[in-house]
Amino acid sequence: MILEEKYDVIVVGGGHAGCEAAHASAKLGSKTLLVTQNLETIARMSCNPAMGGIAKGQIVREIDALGGVSGIVTDESSIQFRMLNRSKGPAMWSPRSQCDRKVFEQKWREKLEANKNVDFWQDTVYELLIKEGKLMGIITKMGIEIHGKSVILCNGTFMNGLIHLGEKNYEGGRAGEANSRGITKQLIDLGFKSGRMKTGTPPRLDGRSIDYSKTEEQKGDKEAEKFSYTDTKILKKQHSCFITYTSNEVHDILKEGFDKSPMFTGRIKGLGPRYCPSIEDKIERFSDKNRHQIFIEPEGVNTVEIYLNGFSTSLPEDIQLRALRKIKGLENVKMFRAGYAIEYDYFPPTQLKHTLETKIIENLYFSGQINGTTGYEEAACQGLVAGINAHQKNNNKEEFILNRSEAYIGVLIDDLITKGTDEPYRMFTSRAEYRLLLRQDNADIRLTRKGHELGLASKERVDKLNVKIQNSEILMNFLEKQSVSPEEINSLLEEKGSALLKQKVKIKSIVSRPHIWMEDLMKIKSLQSFVNENNIGRDSITQTEIEIKYTGYINKEKVAASKLIKLEKISIPENFDYSKLNSISSEAREKFNKIKPKTIGQASRISGVSPADINILLIYIGR
Amino acid sequence: MNYFNPEDTICAITTGGGMSAIAVIRISGDKAIEIINSVFSKNITSAITHSIHFGTINKDNDILDEVLISIFKDTKSFTGEESVEISCHGSVYIQNKIVQLLIEKGCRTATAGEFTMRAFKNGKLDLSQAESVADLIESESASAHKTAMHQLRGGFSNQLQGLRTQLIDFASLIELELDFAEEDVEFADRTKFLELLSEIQKTLSKLIESFSLGNVIKNGIPVTILGSPNVGKSTLLNCLLNEDKAIVSDIAGTTRDAIEDTLIIGGFNFRFIDTAGIRNTKDTIENLGIKKSLDKANQSKIILFLLDTTQNISDQITELEKVKKQHSEKILIVQNKTDVSETSLEMKNVISISAKSGKGIDHLKKELLSFVNTYSISDNESIVTNLRHFEELQHTLNEIEEVIKGMEIGLSGDFLSVNVRQALYHLGSITGEVTTDTLLGNIFGKFCIGK
Repeated sequence: MILEEKYDVIVVGGGHAGCEAAHASAKLGSKTLLVTQNLETIARMSCNPAMGGIAKGQIVREIDALGGVSGIVTDESSIQFRMLNRSKGPAMWSPRSQCDRKVFEQKWREKLEANKNVDFWQDTVYELLIKEGKLMGIITKMGIEIHGKSVILCNGTFMNGLIHLGEKNYEGGRAGEANSRGITKQLIDLGFKSGRMKTGTPPRLDGRSIDYSKTEEQKGDKEAEKFSYTDTKILKKQHSCFITYTSNEVHDILKEGFDKSPMFTGRIKGLGPRYCPSIEDKIERFSDKNRHQIFIEPEGVNTVEIYLNGFSTSLPEDIQLRALRKIKGLENVKMFRAGYAIEYDYFPPTQLKHTLETKIIENLYFSGQINGTTGYEEAACQGLVAGINAHQKNNNKEEFILNRSEAYIGVLIDDLITKGTDEPYRMFTSRAEYRLLLRQDNADIRLTRKGHELGLASKERVDKLNVKIQNSEILMNFLEKQSVSPEEINSLLEEKGSALLKQKVKIKSIVSRPHIWMEDLMKIKSLQSFVNENNIGRDSITQTEIEIKYTGYINKEKVAASKLIKLEKISIPENFDYSKLNSISSEAREKFNKIKPKTIGQASRISGVSPADINILLIYIGR
Repeated sequence: MNYFNPEDTICAITTGGGMSAIAVIRISGDKAIEIINSVFSKNITSAITHSIHFGTINKDNDILDEVLISIFKDTKSFTGEESVEISCHGSVYIQNKIVQLLIEKGCRTATAGEFTMRAFKNGKLDLSQAESVADLIESESASAHKTAMHQLRGGFSNQLQGLRTQLIDFASLIELELDFAEEDVEFADRTKFLELLSEIQKTLSKLIESFSLGNVIKNGIPVTILGSPNVGKSTLLNCLLNEDKAIVSDIAGTTRDAIEDTLIIGGFNFRFIDTAGIRNTKDTIENLGIKKSLDKANQSKIILFLLDTTQNISDQITELEKVKKQHSEKILIVQNKTDVSETSLEMKNVISISAKSGKGIDHLKKELLSFVNTYSISDNESIVTNLRHFEELQHTLNEIEEVIKGMEIGLSGDFLSVNVRQALYHLGSITGEVTTDTLLGNIFGKFCIGK
C-alpha cells in the first residue's frame, strides 16, 4: 500500500534527534512525517533522566537559542536544577536539570502535536525506498510505501540492537522494546560502512526500599536558573539527589560475575565509551580504588522509581542485586529492572557532509546515536541541524553549517565529519578550541539571529536578545563613568581580602578584580538604583561582568578564532584531484580522498595530515 | 605546525647561514619596510624601490653591523611582496643576531620553502614549477624535522620529550578539573600545580639557555685547557694564537693563575683559558692554583684535556678520569707531542697534535668548531631550525609565565588553559602534534571517570 500523502521530510525515529528534526523542519514549513515504532515512547530518555551537564548544558542552550525545543521541554519538566562548575570561570558554567521523565516525554509530544505540519505514523521502517539510485521515501515492515523528498534517520540504538544481560542476550532496541532490522543491510549494499557500538545503563530501583538516612543529600542550587531563553518558568521546588558509595565488598561480589560478563568474555562486539564505563569496567581498570561514587536520582515526581547513576552494568541480575545490597543505604533494595548493555549499529560519520546529508545518497540524512555519538544533547543538536538542512535543501536555500568558533554544535559536527569516531562521542569543553567564546550565557548572542533568519527562532527571542545586549551596553557605560568612594566600598573589599581604595575610582576597575563579583557590588547604592530603574536583568549583568573581567583572554581567543575563519574561507574545489599532488604524504592523500574536505580549515584538522601537506595543497589551489 | 600564514612578515638568511664574507638576509611581507626602519640607522620609509642604502643595524644603542640594504617596493620583488634585503658581514654570530633582532621587531622566521611559496602565489614563478616547489617544501620540512631531532647533542630531544610529557600532564590536570568536576576524582591542589609549573619553567629556561647564541658567543666560548704540568698547554695556546689573528690581551701572570686569550675560529669567538697543571700535590699554593683550574673547567663550555705520552701516563689518566666523571659531555681529549712520541693511546676519539710543530692543529680547530656547531649550525636549514626552536621555546616560556601569573591571582582553569594550550602549541611546532585526543586519552588512562 502506498500512503497517499507525500512528504517533504520523513523523520525515522522519535528520540531526541528525531523530535528536534521533525520540529525544525515542520516549523520551517516542510510537510513532515515522524515515523516511530511506538508513539508512546516519543522523546523517551533511555538512560539518565537528566539534561545538560558539563559541555552538554551549553549544547542545550545553543539548541534553544536557535529555536529548538529541548531547552523548553527540559525547563517544563525540571525537578532539580544545578549550575555546575560555578566556582570556575564562566566558560565552564554548565546548567544541568534532573527531569521528570514522564513529563519530559509528554511535553515534547505536546509541542510536536501542536504543529500542524507534523504528521505521525506508528510503524517500523524496514527499508529506504530507492528508485534508480534516487531516494524516494521509506518502506515499512508492514509493506507500506511512504514518499518523501528527504529522509532523516534517527534510529538511536535500535538498529540491530542486541541487549546483553549476563550470559543472556536478546534482540531489542531498548528495555521492553523491539529493535529494527533491515535498513543496515540495505545501506551496506548501497556502499555505506557500518560498525558496532555499545552502551549500557544501570538498574532502576524501588525508591521505597532505600534507606536515605545512610546517604548524603545533594540539593539543587539555592537560586535555580533555567535553560530556555524564552519565558519558561524557573523551578521553584527543588528535589534532591543522594550520594552513596560502593565498597570492596561490593566489588568482590561483582567480580564473581566477571566470568559471565558479556564484556569480559568478549561476547559484546563494539566499543563502549571510556568515560561512561560500566561498574565492572571501573573495578577492573582502577582496581586500587576501594570505593566508587553512586548517585541516587529520582525518575519523576509522581513515581518512586530511582535511576542509579554510576552503576551501569551488564552482569547477571542476581549478581547485580547481591552487590547492590552491600551498598550503604541499599541494604534492602528492590530492583524494578536490571541494568544491561546494548550493542547497536552505527555508521562512521565521515560518510556525511557538514549538513549531515550522506555523501552516497542524496537527500538522506543521519543524525543522533547512529553517527556514533552518545547523549541526548549530542543527538538533539544533530537532529536540529539535519531537520533544518533537509528543509533548506528541498527549497534550494543556503546550507546551515555552524563552525567551531560559533557553537559546540559546530565543534561536534566538525569533529564527527572530519575525524570520525571509534568510541561513542561525547562532548567535553576541552574539545572546543574557543571554549571562552562558547559559553552558556552567550548562546543567544551567537545564535539567535541566525535562528531567526532561518525562520526557526521567533521575533520575541530576537527582541529579548536586543534588550539584553542594550542593557549590558548601558550598564557598561554606567560602570565606566560612575565612581565609587572608599567609604562606600572599603568594608566589602576588606572582607574579600582585596586592596583597599585610597581615593574614588570608577566602578569598572573594581569589577575587574578577580575575586569581586557584581553581586557583591550591589551594595553600592548608585549601582543598585541604576539596575533597578533600568530593569537590567541578571543575564545582562552577567554579560557585562564577563566582558570586564575576561576581555584579555576572550580577545586572545577571538583573534585565534578569526585566523580559523580565514582558513575556513579558503575552499577546496568540489572534485579536486588529489592525485595531482605527488609530494604530499600518502596518508594525507588517502585521507583527503576519503573525507574530501571542503575547506583548508577542515583539511588541516584531519588526523595524519601535516602542515607541509596543507602548504602544498595551498599552492595548488592558491591561484 | 607553522602554517603558511600569508599575513606574517617573514625573514631568513638567504645565503646559507654559514661563515662567509658577506651574507644576505631577506625580509618579505607588508611590515618589511616598517621593521627594517626600526633598526636601521637611516629613515628609509620614503626610499624608492630598487634603491640601496648604506648604514648600520642597531640594537638599542649598539651597532650590530655595517650593512647595505636593498629596498623592493610594491610587487617588484622576488616574492611579489614588499621586501628588503640586508647585505651584512658574514660572521655567523652577526647573521644570527640580526635575525633575532628582526624577530623581536615583529618578523617571524620563514618556514621551509615559504619565500618560494609566496613567489609562486603572487605569480612570480611559472605554473610548471609548482611540482618542484612542492618537492622542495616536502623535503625541506622532512629534513628540518630530522635535523631538529637528531643532530643535537646533550640529550636535547630527550629533554624536549620530557618537557612535553610534563606539559601534557599539567594540561590534563587542568582539563580534569574542568570537564570532570562532578566526578569523584582527586584534583590536584594549587600548590602541586605551582610546583609542576616551576619545574616546567626550569626545564624550559635551561633549554633556552643552551640555545642562546647570544650569551656564549658574545663573550667568547670558554675553552679550558687542562692537563698535568708540562704537557704543553701554554705551547698549545701560543700555537693557536700565532696561527690566527688573535685578539691578544695582556699575557701576564704566573703559571699558577689561569690565563685567558680570545681568538676567532670559523667566525666564532673562542676564549681559551690556560691553567696551572693539575696533579696530586701537597703544596698549598699549587693546590689553590689547581682548584682554580678546575673551577674554570666547570664554567667552560669545552675542556681540552691535554695528554703527553712522553711522561708518566697513568697519573695523567687518573686526573683525566676525575674530570671525565663530571664533564664527560664537554671534553675533547688531545694527545700532544706526537712529533716525538709514537705511542698511541688506547682511547676513542683522541685528537693527535704537536703544539710545537703545528701538526694536527687544523683538525683540533675543526673539532672545536663542530662542538659549537651542535648548538648553532653551519648550513641554512639548521640555522633556521634552531632559531625557530629558540623562538618557539621562548613563546612556550612566555605562556607558562602567564599561567603562573594567572594562578597567583586565582584565575580559574578555563583561563589558565588558554595559555597552557598555547604553550603546547608552541612546543608542538618543534616536537609534533598535540591534539585534544592526546589530552583526553591521558585523562582517561589515569583517572577513573564515569557517572
